[in-house]
Amino acid sequence: MSLKTFKGGVHPGYHKSATEQKPVVPAKPPAVAIIPLSQHIGAPCEPLVAVGDEVKMGQKIGDSKGFVSAPVHASVSGKVTKIAKCNSALGRPVDAVFIENDYQDTWHESVQPHPDWENLTADELKKIVREAGIVGMGGATFPTHVKLSPPADQKIDYVLVNGAECEPYLTADHRAMLERPEDIVCGLKLAMKIVAAPKGFIAIEDNKPDAIEALQKAVAGEENIEVAVLHTKYPQGAEKQLIKVLTGREVPSGGLPAAVGCLVQNAGTCIAIANAVRKGLPLIERIVTITGSGIKEPQNMLVRVGTPVAEVVEQCGGFTANLRKVIIGGPMMGLAQPGVADLPVTKGTSGILCLTDKEVTIDEIHPCIRCGKCVDVCPVSIMPLFIGSSVEQGLYDRAEKYNALDCIECGCCSYICPAKRPLTQWIRMAKGEIAAKKAAAK
Amino acid sequence: MENKLIVSSSPHIKSPESIKSVMSDVLVALFPAVLAAVIFFGLPALITILVCTLAAMLTEAIILRNKNIFGDGSAAVTGVILALTLPPNPPWWLCVVGSVAAITIGKHVFGGIGNNIFNPALVGRALLLVSWAGHMTNWLTPVELTATATPLASSSHPGFFNLFVGAVPGSLGETSALALLLGAAWLFYKGHISWRIPCTFLAAVFVMGSLLDGGFSLSQGLFHVLAGGVMLGAFFMATDMVTSPVTPRGQLIFGLGCGVMTMLVRLYGAYPEGVTFAILLMNALVPLIDNMTLPRKYGEVAK
Ligand code: SF4
Ligand code: SF4
Repeated sequence: MSLKTFKGGVHPGYHKSATEQKPVVPAKPPAVAIIPLSQHIGAPCEPLVAVGDEVKMGQKIGDSKGFVSAPVHASVSGKVTKIAKCNSALGRPVDAVFIENDYQDTWHESVQPHPDWENLTADELKKIVREAGIVGMGGATFPTHVKLSPPADQKIDYVLVNGAECEPYLTADHRAMLERPEDIVCGLKLAMKIVAAPKGFIAIEDNKPDAIEALQKAVAGEENIEVAVLHTKYPQGAEKQLIKVLTGREVPSGGLPAAVGCLVQNAGTCIAIANAVRKGLPLIERIVTITGSGIKEPQNMLVRVGTPVAEVVEQCGGFTANLRKVIIGGPMMGLAQPGVADLPVTKGTSGILCLTDKEVTIDEIHPCIRCGKCVDVCPVSIMPLFIGSSVEQGLYDRAEKYNALDCIECGCCSYICPAKRPLTQWIRMAKGEIAAKKAAAK
Repeated sequence: MENKLIVSSSPHIKSPESIKSVMSDVLVALFPAVLAAVIFFGLPALITILVCTLAAMLTEAIILRNKNIFGDGSAAVTGVILALTLPPNPPWWLCVVGSVAAITIGKHVFGGIGNNIFNPALVGRALLLVSWAGHMTNWLTPVELTATATPLASSSHPGFFNLFVGAVPGSLGETSALALLLGAAWLFYKGHISWRIPCTFLAAVFVMGSLLDGGFSLSQGLFHVLAGGVMLGAFFMATDMVTSPVTPRGQLIFGLGCGVMTMLVRLYGAYPEGVTFAILLMNALVPLIDNMTLPRKYGEVAK
């Protein structure tokens, strides 16, 4: 099988060895689960419970009427102690339901397996996915049932499972593929059924040969599913890049994958779909990689949604003394946190990355030496250096002309720049300014 | 512990490369050419290179009020490259004037590193060339060190082997194609230069040399590639990051333009050598070239 890859990209150090051989272990359930009412892109949920209510595991405790939204569920059984703000990885406080755990793990009666799952219709399946609160688990947290509802005039030809896990350090998807390949294939087949796609791909980078093998075994006999081996390069798993590599199609600028007949699902999301459809399980736990030289015992853990990050860290031996940065997500696209107090693990938490003063440097910003490296690595072929200098001068119109809006914020340009220019950050700023201006013009 | 946490925008890891490391790589790449110059021309060559480099570094350190004289290494690169364009035994003051001019007029007048339009070393060289033409064309035969003409200005052909290893008269770094190729291979391996500029540059020189210098002759084309400053220019001067295009297509056009201009000067101009002016001229066009050759972005919809 030939190795497939995309244009641009970088080869950062992968640092996956600390956790890639470690099987997923269940984390201790939290004493108090903090379930944010907004763990997805889209409308936040309204609480369906009140302070003092007894709730059971898997019970829906928040929902929204908005289409682009996903309900949230109790990840423990116990008593609602308060409904108040908690911190979110994005830095803004969000409303959350605090549940004191009674440690009984009593399942709610709504959690019922669907014995006839193989005979369910696409619409029934989609409803199950929505009710289970499934969102993109690679970090984007876009509600999955919305993704599974492309416009009627757009036929989906391919469903792609993103198992590239190109972010350095993270191994959650890798372990998921190794330990639960059948679930992934089942989730993929269900997604293909929902959107009536004739063909499925499971894309994995070639630095995970064991996962490739496991999935090849799992798809044996499935004629319309192919395991595609990709060259190991960041950001191989970026949605648009993955589509181009596997199908040769390009998502039009500003458009969605459905416009070219594609649908991309993260490997973890596939498992969640399979669990919801077969076992009736809502999304109340996920695999999280806790890693980096700032944590004493790096691990992959199956963590209940709502578990405070601090408790998870404690189960990994705690932080090291020289900790300098805590990141939710991976090192290229993750979000640095000012602290871990009142910060729960959510549906989108793929990793808790702890870096020390060895990795965290504060670099002086130098003038651009026009080395062109940012242009070479940019996977969407825009001009990071020109956008950067436009932003420096406050020229957001010019930044837009250089296609700032097409940036996928992969971070490659900032990573490679020898002048240590924070290009990605500047481009993000430009996107914000341009969007604000467009909104004002309306 | 928590108040020590750093909150910054992603990405959270950076490649180890810095301007200093890039410039150091360029200096390493220049080393074979420096060595060849010293082997062929002896102590005077070494002194010339040292004086140029020191003068360039000092000038920059003074302008930037930098206590560390090496700084980011870019001034040293300019100094070495300037030295390699000089004849083997120039007066010391010529070296100093050239270096000071390169760093001040060529670089800091425009706002310092990254902002200069023209290759600083070539600005220095151009100034010396028009001011002290005699000193600048005082060629010596290598090893024997007797006065002679550069192969470009003479009628006798020195032989390709000599041209390739560098045992021919000429500027310090212009002589040995082998040494330059070794250095260029290093830069290529390190990812600091791409093939686009040097290859189109050399291709244009080869084609025009083969066709236009006294009828069709491939060996004449090869001669034009190996003789004079083409190799040095193609691998170390036209590829200067600051003053060459950043777009892939722009680099092709730029290299081609450098080659064509070089040959126009060589074949029809007043000077025997045209590399300096060809590159300077193309430098001036870089902003234009960049903007005309923006790559097609992912998902660009035809309008
Ligand atoms: S990588 Fe940095 S120094 Fe190089 S061109 Fe881009 S912005 Fe300029
Ligand atoms: S400009 Fe955007 S898409 Fe391009 S490398 Fe930088 S962050 Fe990635």
